[in-house]
Amino acid sequence: MSLATTQATAAIQPAPRARRWPARPGEVVAFALVALFLLVFLVVPVVTVVTVAFQDRATGGFTLAHVGDFLANDLFRTSFLNSLYVSLMSVVVASLIALPLAYFTTRFEFRGALLVQTLGVLPLIMPPFAGAVAMTLLFGRTGSVNLLLGDAFDINIPFMEGLNGVIFVQSVHYFPFILLNLTASLKNIDRAMEESAQNLGAHGFRLFRRIVLPLAMPGYVAGASLVFIKVFDDLATPLLLNVREMLAPQAYLRITSVGLEDPIGYVISVVLILFSVLSLWVSSLALRGKDYATVQRGGGGLARRRMSRGQAVAAYALILLILALVLAPHVGLFLLSIATIWSFAPLPDGYTMAHYGRVFAESSQFITNTLLYAGLAGLIDVILGTTIAYLVLRARMAGARWLDYAAMSALAVPGLVLGIGYLRTFFGITLPDGTSLAAFWGVIVLALAVRRLPYALRACTAALQQVSASLEEAAENLGARRLRVVRRIMLPLMAGGIAAGFVTSFATAAVELSATLMLVQSSNDAPLAYGLYVFMQSPAGRGAGAALGIVAVVIVGLSTFLSHLIAERGGGRRSA
Amino acid sequence: MSRAAEVRFERVWKRFGAGNVAVRDVSFTVPAGTLCTLLGPSGCGKTTTLRMIAGLEYPSEGRVLIGGRDVSALPPAERDVSMVFQSYALFPHMTVLENVCYGLTVSRRPKREAMGAGRAALESVGLAGFEARLPSELSGGQQQRVAVARALVLEPSVLLFDEPLSNLDARLRRKMREEIRDLQQRLGVTVVYVTHDQAEALAISDKIIVMNQAVIAQEGTPRELYASPASAFVAGFVGEANRIPARLRRLDDVDAEVSIGEARLVLPHRGLPDGPAELALRPEAIALLGPADPAAMLEGAVSKAAYLGGVIEYTVATPLGEIFVVSSSAGSAPGAGDAVGLSFGRHGAALLPGSREAP
Repeated sequence: MSLATTQATAAIQPAPRARRWPARPGEVVAFALVALFLLVFLVVPVVTVVTVAFQDRATGGFTLAHVGDFLANDLFRTSFLNSLYVSLMSVVVASLIALPLAYFTTRFEFRGALLVQTLGVLPLIMPPFAGAVAMTLLFGRTGSVNLLLGDAFDINIPFMEGLNGVIFVQSVHYFPFILLNLTASLKNIDRAMEESAQNLGAHGFRLFRRIVLPLAMPGYVAGASLVFIKVFDDLATPLLLNVREMLAPQAYLRITSVGLEDPIGYVISVVLILFSVLSLWVSSLALRGKDYATVQRGGGGLARRRMSRGQAVAAYALILLILALVLAPHVGLFLLSIATIWSFAPLPDGYTMAHYGRVFAESSQFITNTLLYAGLAGLIDVILGTTIAYLVLRARMAGARWLDYAAMSALAVPGLVLGIGYLRTFFGITLPDGTSLAAFWGVIVLALAVRRLPYALRACTAALQQVSASLEEAAENLGARRLRVVRRIMLPLMAGGIAAGFVTSFATAAVELSATLMLVQSSNDAPLAYGLYVFMQSPAGRGAGAALGIVAVVIVGLSTFLSHLIAERGGGRRSA
Repeated sequence: MSRAAEVRFERVWKRFGAGNVAVRDVSFTVPAGTLCTLLGPSGCGKTTTLRMIAGLEYPSEGRVLIGGRDVSALPPAERDVSMVFQSYALFPHMTVLENVCYGLTVSRRPKREAMGAGRAALESVGLAGFEARLPSELSGGQQQRVAVARALVLEPSVLLFDEPLSNLDARLRRKMREEIRDLQQRLGVTVVYVTHDQAEALAISDKIIVMNQAVIAQEGTPRELYASPASAFVAGFVGEANRIPARLRRLDDVDAEVSIGEARLVLPHRGLPDGPAELALRPEAIALLGPADPAAMLEGAVSKAAYLGGVIEYTVATPLGEIFVVSSSAGSAPGAGDAVGLSFGRHGAALLPGSREAP
């Protein structure tokens, strides 16, 4: 009835007809390609892992038997509790390092602020496992510190014994996440907030508890949950410290020693995913609706006070102690890379450049592979990132948001899990030359690309958001076709952001190990992080491993510096 | 520019998602070679209407015609319409000349010719010598001229302006609006101009279309809108108006006798029936008299007086409510608390046909 009426009116009044935003064919193709990529290289592998964890191997039906096996086994229960304990303790220790630093820099007139900012990024330019061996040499039972302490006071502190070692290495490496988030939220508190609270009669601890703490809390929780999940998922650090009774190492050992068919590795993967999702959820809960950017232009941060002489001395002492701690892995790794023999001694016996010679002569493929893999992964990431950002922000295509969500969900997939998923999914696919697709080096590139896509995507989205849409409309209005607008107006104006996204993806992919460890089939195809790991396994290879580690630090450090330069230059041009 | 084209909307709707109607069943015609303003408060649909002419939005229903041709579904590049954006939208990575020539470059005009036309356009807006600068090196007014030159160089049949003066200071705004009007007269081009500033609209338009809440509230010449606003909204948006309750009695087909308190006035009844009605009274059309003046139509007392240099603004409390009066500051001026009489005539008073609608 209603249909007939509609048709009748349509016949009388032919003019008005519904018209949608015309979807351009190119945009539809781009959407389909990105969706296909995410489906094949992210969704399918992860779903495969989850499926195997709950699948009866004989019948293919649903079963909780594997979960039961996991729970019934003492080793796995211990591993789970150990992982939980190590992650929580790492958050605690990292907080103990980060809180005083954040407090000093935001609360006091403090000349060391630049120093602390440097502290904030130094650990991040080094893969944590690279420092692990150096930390053993410095802080282990027979390491430099304990040898000196033993000589002087006859005491031995078990910094590196068992789980302590993992906690120590991880918190020294990951505390910047808490420091950066906390400092940012403290700086975003408007001084007027504090002043108005004081004006209303609050002061001292009450002021801190009711005003400063609640305003700074979201930043802290976001940073802390990030530290928690990074530690919980990490595979390489415990392995290098020879701690096996944790979840990620157990999953790795089961898959590599028992085989791809063993379901326990998959159950552990599911646990890792669950905790990743949980901590991301906690962090988003902390930040949701609490965008406490209360600064109203101009003056920001809490009122700074002058420190008394005594306070200043104490503050500097604490900061220098932390600086020493933070630099320990770098210094240790460097010493190791130029040491002839370093054992049972506070410092190496002699110095040599032979390790570098050996690395460049025999194992330069590790370096070239890393540059190639990380470069390709970064390239894939910015292409995908720019495309998704365009589809979401400009084409406003229905469903494009889902591409964004899917790409961001890679954050919740631990590298180990992605590696296992790739092995399982692509192992059965044979390439024309007879080898398995899972053994092809390109798969490592894809895994790295998927892992780093969220960073590049956010960078590209931010870059596109800063390009005013009216510029593109003006170009279209002047007669330019869509593709030309994208090429000549949009992309050039996004260039800085895209470059920053590339560098971030590249630098972090260059030192990624957990996915790589699962996927490397021959050392000819291995990237630097893998080579470093293999070298570090044997005492004889440590020097060369350390030299490789220093190369990694240099690569990442240079990239970080480069992205800083790009960001500075972009900022300069915008404000001009 | 003899190619000036008429712009015509036929029952155009624009919806953004469900339940969000930006433009509701709008029809109008902008005659070729005239300057027409779309005037209204923010969110009234005027910018969406303009963007549908440019092809930056597509109508959900209805037709948009330019020069008699249905362009409803055409992409912006094929419309022969140039737009000057509110933010100017100059390409920050191109020089001034590259910006101005962009439209010609895109349409593959030979480089020499494009450069020549670009230089001529820059000269016509008084910016010769600025060719090699970057937009970020220009002042707001200069950027605005570049944006105009960039739109002109394509010799479009319709020129669109989206609040082009809103980023300029008051003094420059007056100068630029005169230049835009001059340019339009000189070139004879059709201009559709969006603004929320009624003074700007009154000053430059051949025709004004007042929009409110996604529909056209009234269209007409500036004089028609000011003298006979169709509703309380238009009366209040185009100029200022006191709204006074009145009673109406029809005298013939055109006029009615209007009673305001004890006073009587003959005005066009504009289709209103006998009975209560509302009168819009312009503040500058009211004369302030002494308290016992026999010509006074209303008695009241000054409750506020604000001296603004050339004029004084009074708020006068009367039995019919507070009335806002603007009068010259020359001569003796009553102060707050003084009793005054008010008088007004046909000029500056109009019955409001739409007065029963919500304002």
